[in-house]
Amino acid sequence: MALLEITNLTQRFGGLLAVNDLSVHLEGRELCALIGPNGAGKTTVFNLVSGFYQPSDGSIKIGGVDTRGMKPHQVTALGVARTFQNIRLWNDMTVLDNIKVSQHYRLGYSLMDSLMRTRRYIDREAAIDRTAMELLEFLGMRELANEFPPNLAYGTQRKVEIARALSIKPKLLLLDEPAAGLPSSDVVELIKLIEWIHKEFDLAIWMIEHQMTVVMSLCQWIKVIDFGATIAEGTPEDIRNNPVVIRAYLGDENI
Amino acid sequence: MSPRLTTPAALFALLLGLMALTQTGILGQYEQTILSTMGIYMILAASLNLVNGYMGEFSVGHAGFMAVGAYTSSVVGVYLFVPDPFFGQPLLPMDLAYLAFPLILAAGFVAAALVGLLVAIPSFKTRGDYLAVITLAAGYIVKSALENIDVVGGPRGFMGMKKVVMGMEEMISIPWMLIWIFIGVVFTVWILRRFVYSTYGKGVMAIHQDEVAAEIMSVNTNKMKLVAFMLSSGLAGLAGGLYAYLIGFVNPASFTILRSTECLVMVYLGGMGSLTGSILAAAIFTLMLEFLKPLEQLKWVAIPMLLIVLMQFRPEGLMGNRELSDIFPKLKRFYRFK
Repeated sequence: MALLEITNLTQRFGGLLAVNDLSVHLEGRELCALIGPNGAGKTTVFNLVSGFYQPSDGSIKIGGVDTRGMKPHQVTALGVARTFQNIRLWNDMTVLDNIKVSQHYRLGYSLMDSLMRTRRYIDREAAIDRTAMELLEFLGMRELANEFPPNLAYGTQRKVEIARALSIKPKLLLLDEPAAGLPSSDVVELIKLIEWIHKEFDLAIWMIEHQMTVVMSLCQWIKVIDFGATIAEGTPEDIRNNPVVIRAYLGDENI
Repeated sequence: MSPRLTTPAALFALLLGLMALTQTGILGQYEQTILSTMGIYMILAASLNLVNGYMGEFSVGHAGFMAVGAYTSSVVGVYLFVPDPFFGQPLLPMDLAYLAFPLILAAGFVAAALVGLLVAIPSFKTRGDYLAVITLAAGYIVKSALENIDVVGGPRGFMGMKKVVMGMEEMISIPWMLIWIFIGVVFTVWILRRFVYSTYGKGVMAIHQDEVAAEIMSVNTNKMKLVAFMLSSGLAGLAGGLYAYLIGFVNPASFTILRSTECLVMVYLGGMGSLTGSILAAAIFTLMLEFLKPLEQLKWVAIPMLLIVLMQFRPEGLMGNRELSDIFPKLKRFYRFK
């Protein structure tokens, strides 16, 4: 069964056609990109997939489940995690708590358990704490567990946000411009990190990215959209030489 | 002694001490009333802190929930134990009053929690200033409704609760209300602490810090808001019930916007997101009201002035969002209160 099946997805905001008849098929385990000029509707696509908007038309199926009518937290529970263009960590919580709170969909205890401190509560809290620490350890961020995000360097905050997304145990990881605002040395590190994550975790990664070095060195498959519609898709090699893509990015030479 | 037992032991000792002081007459009726009022304010401040401090919403209708609890507890208590022109003969003998009192308070808690839904449901889609207006309206709806229900005396108010308290004191002669209020405060802090320290309850803080991220990271934000509002208003209802039996009389004029404002003042005085702060602020606020009594109306100039000064020099409140154990980390060795 396909991991992600987007068919004829259309999104209108009033008179604006933000996404126009878009179809995507991900089998699972892919590492691919969604690119396009500013305002092409890339983030809107991610917002639709993660359940933030209800599509005007078309359907999104995740692991065969139609997500229409679902709240974002329910979509997340299906195994879709994402990061944001501008980092959205909870700044007054430690890194560890950021990860623990993200386990809400599988806490495994109820409000009453938390008030009565039942056996189940104690066991589950211990398990959540342990898996969160294991994940941080695995990502080499153990010493950051008790830090507050604003005290960390920008690049580290990005890594923490990716760690938080991984803690969901996603099947599909959506990265919204992971390299935005990073200095070039950090970009190299980020490329390595994404490659490593793709190798180590059983998931598909779909990213929006403007820095072509990141996209071209990582992705097997690229989809290019402009004004909400697909203008090209294929391997990095195809995209690099596609005249339609070059025109979308650089404009028409006749102007 | 095991750290797990320190807090219960200390609280028990405090309660026994209080009782001894009242029985020997060192704490007179006047001091008992001040302590009881302080306790009620502590419950109000701590419960409002859950919504305004931890969840970061701005609720200004706390008095409304308090009113619902006060009236419900009053009506249930009078219906069960006191002959009343409307409710007729009591259902149960007065001898049982001291046993049934927790149930009377629980009725107030449940009723207020249900009215909390009135605010929780709009909060799914509304935030900030707009939600504040909704809570304000909810407070007014409760007050106006009570003014128009003749069964509970309309604007004249409702009484008969003193008889229940007297009935309890006839059975066993101890300062019952002081004890119930003490238990109420402990219960409130205990329940709130357990809630906000669990990973479940931290979802509320995630909503405060970034609601979009909370929803995306699998926190069911609507459910968390529902739980937080209902818990907060339920505890306000508990405070209302205790207030009704302490004063022995309730009327709609006791639950105006001024009362809600007092709750807000205590939360911001103590610090948002600090239970210790709320408890401390409630104590300071009650004492301030009492000691500034000679100023009469002028105290309502003096107290807001102090608040302005505080906000100028310490906008995060007395405690910020820290707890007692954050300021004195060594205390952790001696007690565990979770």
